[in-house]
Amino acid sequence: MLKIIKSGLQTTVQDLGRYGFQKYGVIASGAMDPYAHRLANLLVGNEENAATLEITLVGPVIEFERDIFIALCGGDLSPKIDGKKVDTWRPLAVKGGSRLSFGAPISGCRCYLAVSGGISVPEVMNSRSTYLRAEIGGFHGRALKADDLVEANPTPAWQLAAFEKASSKETDWKVPAPHYSVEPVVRMMKGRQYDLFDEESQENIFADFFFVSSNSDRMGYRLEGTPLSLEEPAELISEAVAFGSIQVPADGNPIVLLADRQTTGGYPKIGQVASVDLPLVSQLKPGDRLRFEEITLEESQRLWAEQEQKIRQLRISIQLKWEEWK
Amino acid sequence: MDYSFSPLGDQAIVIEVGQEISEEAQNQVRTVSQLLESRPPHWLVEIIPAFTTVAVFYNSLSAGYETVEAELKELLQQTEEVAASEARTVEIPVCYGGEFGPDLAFVAEHNGLAPEEVIRIHTSGTYSVHMIGFAPGFPFIGGMSEKIAAPRRDSPRLRIPERTVGIAGKQTGIYPIETPGGWQLIGRTPMRLFQPENTVPSLLRAGDKIVFKKITESEYHAWKEEDDAENY
Repeated sequence: MLKIIKSGLQTTVQDLGRYGFQKYGVIASGAMDPYAHRLANLLVGNEENAATLEITLVGPVIEFERDIFIALCGGDLSPKIDGKKVDTWRPLAVKGGSRLSFGAPISGCRCYLAVSGGISVPEVMNSRSTYLRAEIGGFHGRALKADDLVEANPTPAWQLAAFEKASSKETDWKVPAPHYSVEPVVRMMKGRQYDLFDEESQENIFADFFFVSSNSDRMGYRLEGTPLSLEEPAELISEAVAFGSIQVPADGNPIVLLADRQTTGGYPKIGQVASVDLPLVSQLKPGDRLRFEEITLEESQRLWAEQEQKIRQLRISIQLKWEEWK
Repeated sequence: MDYSFSPLGDQAIVIEVGQEISEEAQNQVRTVSQLLESRPPHWLVEIIPAFTTVAVFYNSLSAGYETVEAELKELLQQTEEVAASEARTVEIPVCYGGEFGPDLAFVAEHNGLAPEEVIRIHTSGTYSVHMIGFAPGFPFIGGMSEKIAAPRRDSPRLRIPERTVGIAGKQTGIYPIETPGGWQLIGRTPMRLFQPENTVPSLLRAGDKIVFKKITESEYHAWKEEDDAENY
């Protein structure tokens, strides 16, 4: 059981998303930084899709009611256990009664808290992700508040047996953390309507810095730069959008669609963020800036497969580390 | 049929069946969707049908873009075998005016009609669901008579109750969940359009035909009670 002492800015239950229902207008939701979410789960011996808590910028205060393994992956929001700074991207053995709190954001803005066994909330349409607008999924369809009691599934026996050993010994390993820059180069493929933009805009999208506006959330990041414009006005017919679609409304400021995007959109899409670079975008804060660099579809799919291979290897290394604690 | 294919990022491909919203495009979208759902390739994640397109999301670790496009082309050869399936017709009961439809008078006045006339026109059309999107279970409906078209409100309402039926421009729609919006509200249906506890969480699907039927307020309440009892 996790007792929420303070809620933080926005703490929600997420998994890898709700797929198969977008044709009914049900948004995908899920972790904004799927890579960090997956690694956090693997570090505590969970399946990658187990539910975690997505913590945003200003972290919550959480009390653990029993001994439990946790991992914190994603942005470094200065996590502390009972006031003592702890490391991210590694498993931590936490004693019952301990409190997890956060401080200033050092890098990124979203941190995933995985607990051994996973966060226990009912599945809605095959997913535990929170769908805030429809008020379904996650913890009663909403962000966590003070005094909420969030269940964790039981810690597997093999982990409990390792608890004494793991907590007495300062663990000296962690998985490599991605670099979350405040001005990353984000690779993008040309979008379905790239050719409808005027020549200048087609160049500017790859030349300019774009700032993340304060009007950015889990649905999408509104960017500000030199406004982009179409060669000639076009009435587009609404069609599907995807995680990382970059659409440009009439004001010329691009919007990168993220985890809570609507299923369809009617604005022209100038580009699409490469799947491997989505976390670089999701971890940006208002005021940070990014630059786009072109990538081909083939290259993007190759990098995605490469990353998958890397995760598979990390999974094996993590299992071997756990063996040492047994 | 003629299709064109293009990538939507590195995990999806868009099949475009036409350039304009039409009955024919809609039938093709329905046929392609049915085909993919009845014979799902191993790499298929899900589909999002829209007015003139079907976006096919795939697992790029199982098949790259070229493979997916080639297999889709082959699969689409079989459209004639499934094209026989007819569109469903769903009847949507609506209690018009009053508290449920505060803008019925505005829509009537805007078009120089009596409120009763607006209701008669709204209930006499046959509509098609082109796409579900914007909100869970929200149908983009085509086929409304221009005689009852009305502009959006200058300032949107902060809360429109779920099940509300409205008009915006030449479109009519139904709000499945409470949301802000600028539509002119003409009535409410007792039916739940979004049913998250069901395997198929949306009452309507792309390709459906709908007809609106006028009901009284007491019929509305009786229907809603029954509907809610069934679902909870």
